[in-house]
Amino acid sequence: MLKISNLQARVESKEILRGINLEIKPGEIHAIMGPNGSGKSTLASVLAGREDYEVTGGTVEFNGKDLLDLAPEERAAEGIFLAFQYPVEIPGVTTINFLKTAINQIRKYHEKEPLDAAQFLKLMKEKAKSVKIDDQLLRRSLNEGFSGGEKKRNEIFQMAMLEPSLGILDETDSGLDIDALKIVADGVNQLRSADRSFIVVTHYQRLLDYIVPDFVHVLYKGRIVKSGTKDLALELEEKGYDWIKSEADALEASMV
Amino acid sequence: MSFQNIQGQFEAEFENIQKNLNGKSGSDFNLIRKGAFEQFKALGIPTVKNEDWKYSNLKNLDKLQFSFNSASSISKTTFDSLPFSSLKGISICFVNGIFSQELSNIEESAKIKVLTLENALDQIPEVIEKHYGKYVEVDKEGLSALNNALSNSGSVIVIDENYVLESPIVIRYISDVTSENIALNIHNLIVVGKHSEAKIVEIFQTEGEKTAFSNLVTEIFVDKDAIAHYYKIQDENDQSYHVGTTQVNQEDKSYFYSATVTLNGGFVRNNLNLVLNGQYIDNHMYGLYIPNGKQHVDNHTLVDHKMPNCESNELYKGVLMDSSNGVFNGKIFVREDAQKTNAYQNCRNVITSDTASMNSKPQLEIWADDVKCSHGTTTGKLNDDAIFYMQSRGIPKPEAIRLQLVAFAEEVVSQIKIEELREMLDTMIENKLK
Repeated sequence: MLKISNLQARVESKEILRGINLEIKPGEIHAIMGPNGSGKSTLASVLAGREDYEVTGGTVEFNGKDLLDLAPEERAAEGIFLAFQYPVEIPGVTTINFLKTAINQIRKYHEKEPLDAAQFLKLMKEKAKSVKIDDQLLRRSLNEGFSGGEKKRNEIFQMAMLEPSLGILDETDSGLDIDALKIVADGVNQLRSADRSFIVVTHYQRLLDYIVPDFVHVLYKGRIVKSGTKDLALELEEKGYDWIKSEADALEASMV
Repeated sequence: MSFQNIQGQFEAEFENIQKNLNGKSGSDFNLIRKGAFEQFKALGIPTVKNEDWKYSNLKNLDKLQFSFNSASSISKTTFDSLPFSSLKGISICFVNGIFSQELSNIEESAKIKVLTLENALDQIPEVIEKHYGKYVEVDKEGLSALNNALSNSGSVIVIDENYVLESPIVIRYISDVTSENIALNIHNLIVVGKHSEAKIVEIFQTEGEKTAFSNLVTEIFVDKDAIAHYYKIQDENDQSYHVGTTQVNQEDKSYFYSATVTLNGGFVRNNLNLVLNGQYIDNHMYGLYIPNGKQHVDNHTLVDHKMPNCESNELYKGVLMDSSNGVFNGKIFVREDAQKTNAYQNCRNVITSDTASMNSKPQLEIWADDVKCSHGTTTGKLNDDAIFYMQSRGIPKPEAIRLQLVAFAEEVVSQIKIEELREMLDTMIENKLK
């Protein structure tokens, strides 16, 4: 589904990703962990197509297409969804209106007829129920004045509506209390399927108690320095990141 | 000397009007005109040296030759095809300043008078005498003086006491500039009687590609306990000049709600002046301008709080595209007696191009000490994060920009209390912001 080879990216003159290799198969959940500043969120943003980052090398293949060649909206239409760490507030545009536009633009991309108002509302009600989000919230301006938990839940709701084949959760757990975290994880788990994959970017292990990953990767200084199963996350929880940092720094030093 | 050519044209027109008065040259009304013309000659057409005109330069006006009495042959079919023609309600339509019975829909009743200025002088001279020209300040603004001297077109609308008029009254001005440049001096008078309510819409449009110079004064008197809704809609061509002053006088406990929406116009200057001549007065002023190309839109507002316990609220918003210019100047005076005044003002602008510009200036002068006043002005680009957020959900960039601009504009349009007009504006705004 997704094949990242030697991906390098920078912002201004600062190199942030320094050769990422990662392959994700349909239905798999990959957790990306790592200390602050290791490049986790950059990886998520680069995959979604944020312009602030300049890709300086490597390739990303998504369902046979060159992902880096596509505009952000084309990536979305091809099935990539980024749940933002900090969802943006957009005054005057309701979540409903926003998602109706999004869904119909994606349908247009696939040369499908737009959904009419009735079809859209039916879909919305069904998905809102499944991720336990209040209808009233969806009638308000997108994310405006929402609590942290409401914003994250709205992200999961949008993901449910757009039905991507690859969901990227960028520190979705940050700022959530345990109850909100469970609701968000529950929403993600409902979306799990044999042909839908996830990348879960997180600093802490606790989200992975609820969204159980198939693989865990540790990112450090712009590279994946260790990969393993969910046990690696538990080990990190117990021992912290320092041992990984020393290992990786020693390796890098020996290569110079 | 600047404006020699155009001032010469106005002088010739003034003499022309005076020659054709058929014995009415000694009337009170004409004496006011003569006085106003002297004022105009003293003040002249404002230049950029005048602080209030610093960012709005009329100099190109002087290069043009205008006709003051241009006949038009706009057909009913053409009229019907113009935006806003399907608006329901009472309407009074002027083409090149000349009243058109065919294009108007006037239902008079004992409670409402909708007249041309000419007929009002005959039929309700007492109203004209009491209100006409009494509120606008001709000693400060040369073009207002010119308007008083030359006004040969306009409507007089009077809503009697204790009457709520549900349907709007629409005043249409269509400038037919298919064959020549025209100059219009329009003067409207609107009187909303005690305990009454009315919705007034002024719409300015052009047909053709030559220049219309509209010099407009609208005086609105809102009597005690009355409610006036006033919407000024401008959709004129890129060659047009529009200088309009709306002068509002509010009495005790009256409400005035306005929205000034500038869809199009080459050079637009709107003055909205409110004098709060009583207590417990409330008013809301909204404005929206969305210039593109080289359009220039300047809104000057003034709220004069003279007495205690009044509130004024102001929100102007602009989307400036291409190489367009915007100007906002909001004056609020709170006089010494105007304790317990609440006065709020906000001007927010989005610039979508590197060559567009906006000059925004709040001006608060407060002499009372127990007041709540605030003002704010922002001008910036659309938020890149918001655009990326929308793109990441499958919405292409141009559509993401358009959605946000339309939402930005909607805050003003949604204040308009005539649903049909709101829908028409929404469509036109959406089309322009594409």
